Amino acid sequence: MIAIVNLLYLISVILLILGLRNLSNPSTARKGNLRAASGMVLAIATTLFVPLESGDNNYYWIAMGIIIGSVIGLVVSNRVKMTAMPELVSLFNGLGGACAVTISFIELYGFQEVFGDPSLSQVSYGRHATTQLAMLVGAVAFTGSMIAYGKLAGKIGDWQIPFSTYINIVFLLTLVGLIGYQVLYPDESFTLPLITLGLALFYGFTFVQPIGGADMPVVISLLNAFTGIAAALAGIIYESQMMLIGGILVGSSGTILTILMCEAMNRSLFNVIIGGFGGESGGGKDRGEQVVQEANATDVAIMMRYAQNVMVVPGYGMAVAQAQKTCKELDDVLHKYNVNVKYAIHPVAGRMPGHMNVLLAEADVPYPKLFDLDDANRVMDESDVTLVVGANDVVNPAALDDPSSPIYGMPILEILKSKNVIVMKRSMNPGYAGIQNPLFFHEKTKMLFGDARSSIENLISEVRTLG
Amino acid sequence: MNEIIQFIEQYPITIYMFVLAIFLGYELISNVPTVLHTPLMSGANAISGVVIIGAILLVRQSASDDYLTLGLGFLGIILGTVNVVGGHAVTNRMLEMFKRK
Repeated sequence: MIAIVNLLYLISVILLILGLRNLSNPSTARKGNLRAASGMVLAIATTLFVPLESGDNNYYWIAMGIIIGSVIGLVVSNRVKMTAMPELVSLFNGLGGACAVTISFIELYGFQEVFGDPSLSQVSYGRHATTQLAMLVGAVAFTGSMIAYGKLAGKIGDWQIPFSTYINIVFLLTLVGLIGYQVLYPDESFTLPLITLGLALFYGFTFVQPIGGADMPVVISLLNAFTGIAAALAGIIYESQMMLIGGILVGSSGTILTILMCEAMNRSLFNVIIGGFGGESGGGKDRGEQVVQEANATDVAIMMRYAQNVMVVPGYGMAVAQAQKTCKELDDVLHKYNVNVKYAIHPVAGRMPGHMNVLLAEADVPYPKLFDLDDANRVMDESDVTLVVGANDVVNPAALDDPSSPIYGMPILEILKSKNVIVMKRSMNPGYAGIQNPLFFHEKTKMLFGDARSSIENLISEVRTLG
Repeated sequence: MNEIIQFIEQYPITIYMFVLAIFLGYELISNVPTVLHTPLMSGANAISGVVIIGAILLVRQSASDDYLTLGLGFLGIILGTVNVVGGHAVTNRMLEMFKRK
């Protein structure tokens, strides 16, 4: 029996590995997801029949849990709008972290009985430390993801915790100290594990709350890695190779994705975590009174209708206004007049890695029309009209020429190389990151105020009346 | 120090696998195009729900009248299942949009 169980787990692991590999290639991605899912189903089914030394099996509880969880998971994932994807991924991730917390909590609870009775064989230091760490990482992933979810869904504001950097360092040191103490001097009281859990949950909150704006994709990816690590640590407790390998794969791939995001912003991970730029409101030189040039839809429609190349630069504003399909419609209309429309996608545009790609794919924009950062900058000087749809920090020229700006050094889409720039924006409020953008005051730039979707709808009807 | 040696002696295979899986994860992902960042992250997120196996083992090992363990384990199974099922379903939805081209 045990041989069959191990064989089935091995097959599950292979399916997970193949699934992940297929997921990183566009032509096989869908198959990859299905493979990984079937590996997961096989692993769960196998777990139901692993021979155990003790216990009452309690299949009724397990079946109910799986049924309720599946129904919730399927309903939520089918109902959610594509624009709400980042917060949903974050929410799911938090639940995985919470699952790791519940099981390590029960394990720790069980240890207390052993610690209180020296005649029982004692829990090893390694096992105790691993369980504590699984609870810590899981708890941080849980509250951190919930805060990220709340921020992305607009339920939690971007307010700052005073001295958050120092608070976080103190929290982290306290937690490490607490865990070290409990492992070295275990006793039967359950107070310290409870305090550790409470602090860890609170630390997840103070860790994520100060981070905002363009850093959000990095945080989501990092929290995803945390959940993987929590699963792997739990795998060590249960001596389950399946959990260990699955968790580590997620942990290491999530870390790599995080590093890719950081590289795209030319910042270190440490800098993202410690110095979230939401705090440094203002920033940059004082430019005194400056005026913006306002455009109207008719002017912009004429410019675009008689242009050869139009570059669309989407950002989070496009997601908020749900303007991706309208954008594609404008593209189709312009296409009739032989205007060539391209899309410039910054790696951290939006609130999730690759966020804009998903939205434009939903609107059926063909993949070859999407240009990544380097390719877009290479052809930027050919663009007659560059239309910024709700992007801000990723097109901020202060990143190139203003060393006092908090985003100085971050690679941006250099849209001022194009002949005309139209910025669609709701108002003159600075972007999510709270940094003033000199682009708006540049002589090449005209502002088109209003909701992105209705602005583009106006453009479409204006272009059509031009005939 | 003794304890660390003891830990290594206790779980040699586990430590090997831990290290090898880190490299494997790195190799699997290192060449992913930007267009797949979101589905990949979402798919990996679903895989991290593998922690549900621990919750199932916990409930199976529990006595049928240990309601603290059963209750928390039951909660863990629900949370883990939402993560796994919801995660894969939402990844599939995203990837279906890419497929239509």
